[in-house]
Amino acid sequence: MSTPTRYRVIALYKQLIYLGREYPAGADYFHKKLKGAFMKNKDLTDPAEIQKRIDLGDYVCKEIEAMYHINKYRAMKKRYYEDAEVENIQAKLENANWAQGSGSSATQSSPRQ
Amino acid sequence: MSNLRILVATKRVIDYAVKIRVNAAGSAVETANVKHSMNPFDEIGTEQAIQIKEALAKSKTGTAEIVVVSCGPVKSQETLRTALAMGADRAIHVDSDEELQPLAVAKLLRAVVEKEKPDMVILGKQAIDDDSNQTGQMLAGLLNWPQATFASKVELGDKSMTVTREVDGGVETVKTPLPAILTTDLRLNVPRYASLPNIMKAKKKPLAKFTAADLGVDIKPRLQTLKIVEPAKRQGGKIVESVDDLVDKLKNEAKVL
Repeated sequence: MSTPTRYRVIALYKQLIYLGREYPAGADYFHKKLKGAFMKNKDLTDPAEIQKRIDLGDYVCKEIEAMYHINKYRAMKKRYYEDAEVENIQAKLENANWAQGSGSSATQSSPRQ
Repeated sequence: MSNLRILVATKRVIDYAVKIRVNAAGSAVETANVKHSMNPFDEIGTEQAIQIKEALAKSKTGTAEIVVVSCGPVKSQETLRTALAMGADRAIHVDSDEELQPLAVAKLLRAVVEKEKPDMVILGKQAIDDDSNQTGQMLAGLLNWPQATFASKVELGDKSMTVTREVDGGVETVKTPLPAILTTDLRLNVPRYASLPNIMKAKKKPLAKFTAADLGVDIKPRLQTLKIVEPAKRQGGKIVESVDDLVDKLKNEAKVL
């Protein structure tokens, strides 16, 4: 592999290690998979093939960044913003006409023989 | 040609994904050996400043200098390095091992504003550890500057800004002259992830240090925490035999009907 490509591959590997530190399934798991994937391709010589692998690595970087963002966004949204749908369902439960008053037949157990 | 100086305030907080625990003494949340990171709303604030700078550069209508500041112990410098890696130009660390409540932070930020004279101060709407939602508003009051809080969209004009705010019951658009305070809401932007080369570059960017004494600010806490208790443990679920049984439980045990 030529030196500039070698440099790019090493930079990609380091970037993925850095991204993998916060991986939800565990940094060690991620590191194992990462090393395995790179080792599997270490004997490639065709520049086109190597470029394809580097592009795949860049794609994985973007996917991981997107996943981290979505996880954080979802957590923040859940914690700080009222979920309108859940509120509607609760309101409907409380206002249902079969829940109003104590004389409703739904609250009396049917006799069981 | 407008040359803006944007001051972005950030806070180092316990990471959002960590399951927090109350410490053995029952006096505070356990912070030792717990993962910390930049407050998510502050990440959005830093990203907004960078996007303003990039927009000005792209349209060649001006330049922006982004100064990021954080008040707290020495480890706050990690948060500052993250902001520098995202794209801020220089950092200021206000060093304090004491507890800093929003009023103290607002006073410290006022001192920094008087030193740096920015056109705009961007803060997160609230920190995810204390959820005060006070610092931006207090700073605006201390400086007597206009404020646009819970911003979900920002447009800069000539010496002014038009901000769309997320409020209970909808959305409100306000226009304020600069200098002004902006606090960020979740939907303002998507913060970028700093790449390794940028993190290396960030180590060379300037980081200035001050203490509260240097700035002449009284940071004594005004509020005292009396007690911290974990929320009641969730009870296990029960399996019901019939609809009548379910309704009976909803009425008598859960008391929602």
